[in-house]
Amino acid sequence: MLRQAQHDGILQSLNVPPDYWQTLRLTLALASCTTVLLLLLGLPLAYALAHSRSRLRPLAEAVVSLPLVLPPTVIGFYLLLAFSDSTALGRFLIEKLGLSLNFSFPGILVGSLVYSLPFMVQPLQAGFQQLPRSLTEAAYTLGKSRLTTLWRVLLPNMKPALLNGAVLTFAHTLGEFGVVLMIGGNLPGRTRVASIAIYDEVQSLQYDQANAYAGTLLAVAFAILVGLYWFSKKDAAHLS
Amino acid sequence: MIDFHLTKALHTAAGPRTLDVALTLAPGELMALSGPSGAGKTTLLRMLAGLTRPDSGFLRVEGQLWYDQASRQWLPPQRRSLGFVFQDYALFPNMTVRENLAFAASDQPGAAPLVSELLELLELTELAGRRPAVLSGGQQQRVALARALARRPRLLLLDEPLSALDLPTRLRLQQALGEVHRQFGLTTVLISHDPAEIARLADRVVELDLGQVRRVGPPIAPAAPATLVGRVLAVLPGGQLRVQLPGGAEIEVSGTAGVGEEIALTVVYH
Repeated sequence: MLRQAQHDGILQSLNVPPDYWQTLRLTLALASCTTVLLLLLGLPLAYALAHSRSRLRPLAEAVVSLPLVLPPTVIGFYLLLAFSDSTALGRFLIEKLGLSLNFSFPGILVGSLVYSLPFMVQPLQAGFQQLPRSLTEAAYTLGKSRLTTLWRVLLPNMKPALLNGAVLTFAHTLGEFGVVLMIGGNLPGRTRVASIAIYDEVQSLQYDQANAYAGTLLAVAFAILVGLYWFSKKDAAHLS
Repeated sequence: MIDFHLTKALHTAAGPRTLDVALTLAPGELMALSGPSGAGKTTLLRMLAGLTRPDSGFLRVEGQLWYDQASRQWLPPQRRSLGFVFQDYALFPNMTVRENLAFAASDQPGAAPLVSELLELLELTELAGRRPAVLSGGQQQRVALARALARRPRLLLLDEPLSALDLPTRLRLQQALGEVHRQFGLTTVLISHDPAEIARLADRVVELDLGQVRRVGPPIAPAAPATLVGRVLAVLPGGQLRVQLPGGAEIEVSGTAGVGEEIALTVVYH
């Protein structure tokens, strides 16, 4: 209790904005949901891309990588249009499924999934491609199904790639700005994430409050990367 | 009995060729596949295993069709009773030696005793808790062989299993391979470049070149000196060593080595 009180005291002396915790919780929720969902979606996609011999593969790879080079506002703009009732898709979502995605948490979540897709798929695809083909073939000649091979042989031997994908996705989503602003706007407790709050505070000349968010993001991002590199080093030492 | 006629387009250094091989293997036979690189040896072995799809032909193993182009039959590798030893061993790095074998045997009844028996047979019991990355080449090869047997296959396929090993290790593993082949009643196909190895192990050798069979017949014993591995029992005065040969016989040779060490002996035929 005492420690908590001291903690709050320090934060207050830093001039923490009134909805600091709410905004941070929302930011972390968005990053966590994006990471978990992208792991589930990215694994089959990366597996298919890594093993595809289709002539259309470069096309699929380009689509996956597009968010790396597009301005986030472009992604946000088209998603905003797609979710609105001015398009067929938007009308389908709203009228048939009851999903009104613009200016809502599910909406910015979908935006994040698109925006961070390459950060998950590219490390996973590289991870699959780095494993010798003979590991998969050995499992097949031992009578193991594709799924068993994936689960027991491939994934355990590409832990660094899994970690890389998850960490980069998480950190990248934390810093998301343009997509969220376009789709979600700036609704406290619903779509207002830390990076938008910074912009908002600066606009109203609340530099201290902007600093509270910015410092937190800086510290979290740094801690995540230190953790990643520390773990990679440990893992490399363990394997050699 | 195994009989097959398989064809497959090959991309060799000499241009496109067709691999076209028809053979019959007797049960319990150990057949060596030999020939220059690009001859199609590995492709043939992979087609037997179901890892590469032939262009046409058939493959029948003990009355069961594993592949038949005419009736469009294809058995995936998972459903073929075979063991495959890869050139790069392909051990699972995330599993210990015992776990590699246990994973392979997990669909078998009596998996645990089988794993222990295989560990014992290939002298791996003491390494059972280690991961493949810390094992020597010869040790990894023994694990790969043990793992290939853990599914109780009828057919054992080996892709140059011993070529990367030093001579004493290779000779010991040849012995182990011969024993395993007899003990498990296997039909074995072995890719090898070493005439001495082929002469020691194989009942028959098939020489391939550019996709075609050049010769099928009994292995020709090499004119080159053969090599044995012996264990030094004692160092005698005058620099002589008393050495025990694999059969148990003892001989005296000159040389320098410590008691208990294993040395390679070259035997010249006169």
